[in-house]
Parts: sequence; C-alpha cells; structure tokens
Amino acid sequence: MSMGLEDLYREVIMDHYRSPHHRGRVDGATGDVEMLNPTCGDEVRVSFRVEGGRIADVAFDGRGCSISMASASMMTDAVVGKTVEEARGLIAAFRELMQGGAPSEELGDLVALQGVAKFPVRIKCATLPWTTLEKGLTGDMDGEGRPRMG
Amino acid sequence: MDIAKIRADFPLLAERVNGHPVVYLDNAATTQKPRSVLAAVDGYYEHTNANVHRAIHTLGERATAAYEASRARVARFIHAPSAESVVFVRNASEALNLVAYAWGSRLKAGDEIVLTPMEHHSNLVPWQLLSKRSGAVLRFIPLRDDGTLDMERAPIGVRTKVVSVTHASNVLGTLTPAAELARRAHAVGAVFVLDAAQSVPHMPVDVRALDCDFLAFSGHKVYGPMGIGVLYGRRALLEEMDPFLGGGEMILEVHLDRATWNDVPWKFEAGTPDVGGAVGLAAALDYLDGLGIEAVAAHERELTEAALNMLDEIPGVTVYGPRGERGALVSFTVEGIHPHDLSQVLDQEGVAVRAGHHCCQPLMRQLGVVATARASFACYNTLEEVEALGAAVRKAQGFFSSVPR
Ligand SMILES: Cc1ncc(COP(=O)(O)O)c(C=O)c1O
Repeated sequence: MSMGLEDLYREVIMDHYRSPHHRGRVDGATGDVEMLNPTCGDEVRVSFRVEGGRIADVAFDGRGCSISMASASMMTDAVVGKTVEEARGLIAAFRELMQGGAPSEELGDLVALQGVAKFPVRIKCATLPWTTLEKGLTGDMDGEGRPRMG
Repeated sequence: MDIAKIRADFPLLAERVNGHPVVYLDNAATTQKPRSVLAAVDGYYEHTNANVHRAIHTLGERATAAYEASRARVARFIHAPSAESVVFVRNASEALNLVAYAWGSRLKAGDEIVLTPMEHHSNLVPWQLLSKRSGAVLRFIPLRDDGTLDMERAPIGVRTKVVSVTHASNVLGTLTPAAELARRAHAVGAVFVLDAAQSVPHMPVDVRALDCDFLAFSGHKVYGPMGIGVLYGRRALLEEMDPFLGGGEMILEVHLDRATWNDVPWKFEAGTPDVGGAVGLAAALDYLDGLGIEAVAAHERELTEAALNMLDEIPGVTVYGPRGERGALVSFTVEGIHPHDLSQVLDQEGVAVRAGHHCCQPLMRQLGVVATARASFACYNTLEEVEALGAAVRKAQGFFSSVPR
C-alpha cells in the first residue's frame, strides 16, 4: 500500500521546519551534545540548562531534513519546563510512537509525527534529536557540560 | 541499441513502486540484473554446485572449472595479461582493503599515500588504517572548483609510495586522468591503484593501457550479483605480497607453527569462495559485451547530457561536477528541499534516486552541503525516465511550496 506524502509532511511539521522554535544555543548550558546520522549526514546539536531538576531552557541547531529539524523543534517545545524525569518519559513515549505504538497523551502536538512510523527509513531522522537530548541528560559530560566524546 | 529489448531482459524493471512503474536511477549504488545472470547463478546451483579446488569428484571438477573460467572471463574483460592476476573478493571495498593491508604492510613512517578528496570511504578509510599502523602520511591531490583534479598541485614526490584514486567519482561524475596518474606514480617508484567501481560498468577499461598496478571493482555495479568483486593486481606485486586472510585454500603446506602460501591468486582467497557469484559476474560481463560497452557508454552519455540540460532549466537546482566528459550520473540539490525530502517525494512518483553523502563525507564538506541527490544511469534507462525525474523534481518543488503555512 502506498502512503500519501500528506501522512508524512503534516502542516505542523512543515511549520516547524520553516520556522523552527528554540533554534540556537542555550546560555550556561549544563548539557550540550551533537550527534550525526551516519547514513545521511544529518547533524543535530542540542543544548540545555537544567535547574533544580527541571529543563529551564533548551535549544537545538543543526542541518538536516524537514523531519529531523521539525522533530527537534517540536521536541524543544515539548520538554522545556519539564523535569528531567518527565523528559525521559517523553523520550520513551516518542520512541514508542516511532515504532508504530499508539500515541500517549503526554505527546500532544508531537502526534503529528506519527506518520513517520510508516516510512521506516525516515524514523532515524525523527528520533535523532531525541537520542541527542537523551545522551545529554544521561550526563555523558566532562563536568563542564561538554560531551566526553563525539 | 534497442532499449525496449534491453529492458525486457531485466525482470525487476517491470516492478511498480507506489503505483508507478519503477524509474530506477540508483545504478551507481547497484544495477539491476539481466535474466541471463539470474539464470547463470541458478544454473550453477542446479547443475554444478560443489566446493572448488578440493574435490576429486566430477561435480567438484565442474565447479572448479566454472569458477576458473569466470576468472578468465573477468581477465579478458579488463584486458588483464593473465587470469592469475585476477583475485576474487566480495566487492571493491574488500579489494581496496586487501591492497592497503597486504601490499601496504611494507610502508613505514614518513612514506606518503596520495589520494583525492573525492574518494569513496572505501578508498579512504583502508588507507587511514594503514597510516595509523605504519606512520605513513596521507596526502591529497586538490580538487578544483569544477570538480576536476588539480594535477599541477598533485603532491606526488619522492616519498610517495602509493597513489590510489577513483577512476570515476560516484558523486561528481569526474573522470580522473588515470594514465597520467599512473605515469606520475611510476616516475617516483610508487604503485598506482585505481578504484574502478564506477568506471568498469560504463566505459572500456584496459588495465594495460591504463598501466595500473591494482584495480578494484564490484560485480553488483556491473549487472552481476552482490557478493562478488574483483581485485586485479600486477602479477609480480601479487607474488611478493603477504596474504590478506588466512585459512583454507590459500595455503600450500601447513604445520602447527607455520604455513606456506598457495600460488597467486589463490593465496588471497581464503575459504570457500562465492562460486555462484563469480559465474553470475562472468554472465554479466558476457551480457555487457553483447551490448558493446562503447554503445552503452554512448547511450548513457546521451542520458547524462539530457539530465544535465533538464536540471539546468529548473530554477533552484544546483548541479555538481564537471561538464563535458563525465561519468553516467548527476548529483544535485534543490533549494529549500533537503535531499532526503526530495528523494521521498520522488519515491512517491516511483523514481528511485539516492540521497545522502554517498560515502563521501569529506567531499560533502568541501562542497558545503550535508547531502546531495544523485541520479545515476545504466544501459536500460530511457530519455522518458530522465523526463520523469524532471517532472518529479518539479512536483517536489510544488509540494514543498504549497504545503500550507
Ligand atoms: C567509487 C566507489 N568506490 C567504491 C565503492 C564501494 O563499493 P562496494 O560497496 O561494492 O564495496 C563504491 C560504491 O558505492 C564506489 O562508488
């Protein structure tokens, strides 16, 4: 069966792609991680500042396709202000969604990315920013907020 | 060439993708296989299959004869002086690794390895590994803005021990001056390695005329099966090299603490080889010879020209690589549309192109892009398919500009 492009490129996704939210770098970041999708060369950098167990600020930068950039933009909207635990929960719920799972309520707008699950080669595009954030939250840091390794 | 007749030889071309007849323009990644190749592989397994070189029984003899006849067929195709100068490997990557490892073991700190910035990772990473092991230094022939090599600034000198370059770039379509590179390499006593993965399927390749010491290509890019590839090596060099992989078949005599090596080329073929693949590759070369490589090259040139002209006319499209003499592929980007997104929309129209870095990340950096889209041609592609590509690109532009804000 063929999937319509409209399933993939939803309006919300294109909006975020054209006018991304939270683009750039966070001041006084406590986490700052860059990751690469080796199959396509897409790059995403996610920086954030955790204060009192909450993500006080988060931003992303990078070069990639509409799906990876929109996913990053929507992710920053979704996790800003959340506790680290809540953010981890969102990461897990988003992964679930990409594996074809039912959307959980906490995902909100992110459900627009559900169509990506039907395009297996694009799933990595959508999950790249999330994996990057997760790596940052896991504290793979050298004590000064820089990742130990690329 | 009768393209309709050729297309009928390739069962896969009858497939439909997303409701459209498939327009397969990813031939630089791998080509489709004609029925004669599929039949040769089937026929091998149905009538001949046995392990090679070891059995005294009739099937074993037949299998060995089929395998060695395939080797001779390959030798004839690339004008190698003898079948013994053809080593069967899995693919071009393995062939290049073999050279970097087995020939490269003689390099020492300070020696220099000369490459280009447009090498496929297969002709870069094995040399990086060798550089790490040996302390030899990697040098690069600069690329001009038009995608051709700046031979005047080629760092080939007294320290150069090897010059290894692609014959045809899988991104830019650039054809490198192989014979001149060979001369320059040999003038300083270096060996010359040619990555012919993108040339053997598209133009006559004569290892003697090119005067290369080693040449690598993959069977699957030249209408043969996946899993079989070729390393051509000058006999004398192959003789003096150590083996690459150890195991059965590559030995002469084995003691508990030592072994002696089989003759060339079997010295480099440890373990049971892909005999069916070799037979399939021989059938593929028969097929290509049947069409005539010159005729195929002329047809592909026409398609490439048409694609270049067509893409030039679409506003917002940037085409990479030199004009004029070039390989049968076109890399391009479309303003405002990431190559992945482009490829996705094209796929929806049944048009298969490649989007990505094409295993050439350093080149992507030099071009200042993360990725490109690439359409690459083979003997069975048509001008109508080039037009379908153009229509799909315009459709993608329409789609991406019309998605409501
Ligand atoms: C120029 C070039 N060299 C080497 C290779 C590697 O071929 P393989 O993956 O079959 O080893 C390719 C394949 O894309 C290529 O285009």
